[in-house]
Amino acid sequence: MTIAVLLKQVPDTTSKISVSGGRVDESAVSKWSMSPYDEYALESALQLKESGGGDVVAITCGPARAAKMLTDAAAVGADSLLHVLVEDLNALDSTQVQAILAAAVSHCSAQVVFCGKQAADTNAGSTGPGVAHLMGASCVTMVSEVASEGDSFTAMRASSGGDQRVAVSAPCLFAFDKGTTELRRPNVRGIMMAKKKVAETLGASDLGVDTSASSVSVDSHSPPPEKPPGQRFEGVDSVAVVVSKLRDEANVI
Amino acid sequence: MDVTVIAESSENGLHPVTAQLVGAAVAIGGAPTVLCAGGWGVEDAVSISGVAKVISVVGDCFGSFDGGAWAEALSSASGGDVIIAAATPAGREIAATIAAIRGIPIVQDVTGLAPGISVTRPIYSGKAIESSTVGTPCAITVRANAFDAAGEDGSAEVSTVNQSADVAVAVREAIAKASERLDVAEADIIISGGRGMGDPANFSHLEEIADIIGAAVGASRAAVDTWDEIPHGMQVGQTGKTVTPSLYIAVGISGAIQHLAGMRTSKYIVAINKDPDAPIFGVADYGIVATWEDALPALKAELGKL
Ligand SMILES: Cc1cc2nc3c(=O)[nH]c(=O)nc-3n(C[C@H](O)[C@H](O)[C@H](O)COP(=O)(O)OP(=O)(O)OC[C@H]3O[C@@H](n4cnc5c(N)ncnc54)[C@H](O)[C@@H]3O)c2cc1C
Ligand SMILES: Nc1ncnc2c1ncn2[C@@H]1O[C@H](COP(=O)(O)O)[C@@H](O)[C@H]1O
Repeated sequence: MTIAVLLKQVPDTTSKISVSGGRVDESAVSKWSMSPYDEYALESALQLKESGGGDVVAITCGPARAAKMLTDAAAVGADSLLHVLVEDLNALDSTQVQAILAAAVSHCSAQVVFCGKQAADTNAGSTGPGVAHLMGASCVTMVSEVASEGDSFTAMRASSGGDQRVAVSAPCLFAFDKGTTELRRPNVRGIMMAKKKVAETLGASDLGVDTSASSVSVDSHSPPPEKPPGQRFEGVDSVAVVVSKLRDEANVI
Repeated sequence: MDVTVIAESSENGLHPVTAQLVGAAVAIGGAPTVLCAGGWGVEDAVSISGVAKVISVVGDCFGSFDGGAWAEALSSASGGDVIIAAATPAGREIAATIAAIRGIPIVQDVTGLAPGISVTRPIYSGKAIESSTVGTPCAITVRANAFDAAGEDGSAEVSTVNQSADVAVAVREAIAKASERLDVAEADIIISGGRGMGDPANFSHLEEIADIIGAAVGASRAAVDTWDEIPHGMQVGQTGKTVTPSLYIAVGISGAIQHLAGMRTSKYIVAINKDPDAPIFGVADYGIVATWEDALPALKAELGKL
């Protein structure tokens, strides 16, 4: 069994995002990391491999800098790496990203895909369901845990009514929420081995995906609107004042 | 402009965000058709102002949630240049799958819409705002509380279509919620506690206040990670839930950037923290520098008087 894990490199959650000339200035991002939910997808894929066998292929679509993230994935145990080189992801719309990733999954002959429930840059949550549809796979989102029995899988997912254990069979895709799993850290041996691992690198056109005609065009980026400075109060006596303001000024209670 | 709104509804009826979805549809010049999955919420959907018609989509697949199957059933019932759903986990999945079925783009979590179609949405967890132009047909999900709700004087006609799809996700076990408390993702008022609460037992003070004002209780990641009693479902932030309630009360929460990512677009923010330099005060509309031990009993008493 091959498990494909979709990993996106994003600005680290601690990085400042600055805008210049109407665009987010990527060159000013201090640190690039694996998108947080993708880390849980990778960890769960590695655990599934350890319990049920198979191999884990880490797939990313992104610019050259994303190679570092694939090496990080190899350092914790990803068996093979596929990098679809696309210099400007912002120029692609959701259908194009999904077409590339679905083609990449099929290129790796994977029937099982793990990804994040949403990426930390787009905050969208479109890719998992979209890729699942293109693969003809069942899709489970908000997943915290996956176990396998042969070709069938059970997953824990969160829903508004509480958690549910659900069953699906391959082909299937799981989009991960945070879960309670502890993330592994690479050890020295892992880091050394990862340095020797070479990623397969392809272009979108090698996968037969046309990246020219995006139907979403970004007009501009801007910093978030400044909030007017709030009102500050000291001490317990101010609680009554704030409550009356919430009622009369803000009208929220 | 032919706009289809996918109602946010469940066995419990129509979720109020649906009227905001209609408000968003009207903002791009549409009198929308509202689809009610499983027939839920039809009675309330017909009275939303501006709705052209309501379609009750009924079929076996709506017995349990399989976003792929729901999307297939709803997609065949929807027409349209634009499909609008709520940016909830289910809404996002259904809309993304319909978009994939139709081969059209999707823009999620939109906070502004104008004819054209121009969309604005927060990216990087609200650290920047993106404005883009999207061709039709397209799918859009809309963030709660970003659009004014349409009124309630509509009287749309209802039709019912039988439309099911193969269900591939089988529910084996439903694990009862740890508590019957309101979920932060659903609530219009949230009171959250952080590590500053000192002990998970002290969250009972937050619960008492929540009960008075009909709020959900949330938590910071430090609270969730430190204390087993505080489940992950309560976590607000970058790796928890993104919330946009009318009122967010942060108690004993420092205001780390990853926490702010999940709540900074709340309409009003109150912070209670003993440290006057806590970053949470930077986003608070009303900041109270006090310990929770002092402030919460006073807050409870004041809210009780309302
Ligand atoms: C990748 C990543 C993702 C993350 N995702 C999230 C996320 O989704 N959500 C999230 O919340 N965090 C997240 N974090 C963690 C975040 O960085 C902070 O560590 C966390 O938010 C801190 O929680 P806290 O404010 O409760 O605790 P602390 O930072 O310890 O703050 C406690 C606060 O309580 C105050 N206090 C103490 N005693 C009292 C008292 N008696 N009365 C009143 N105030 C008191 C203190 O002054 C202090 O400000 C993430 C981190 C990373 C690296
Ligand atoms: N360019 C990409 N390369 C690899 N994986 C991606 C990419 N974009 C999205 N994904 C995966 O899809 C998930 C959801 O992304 P999004 O739909 O952008 O919120 C991410 O958490 C990743 O697992």
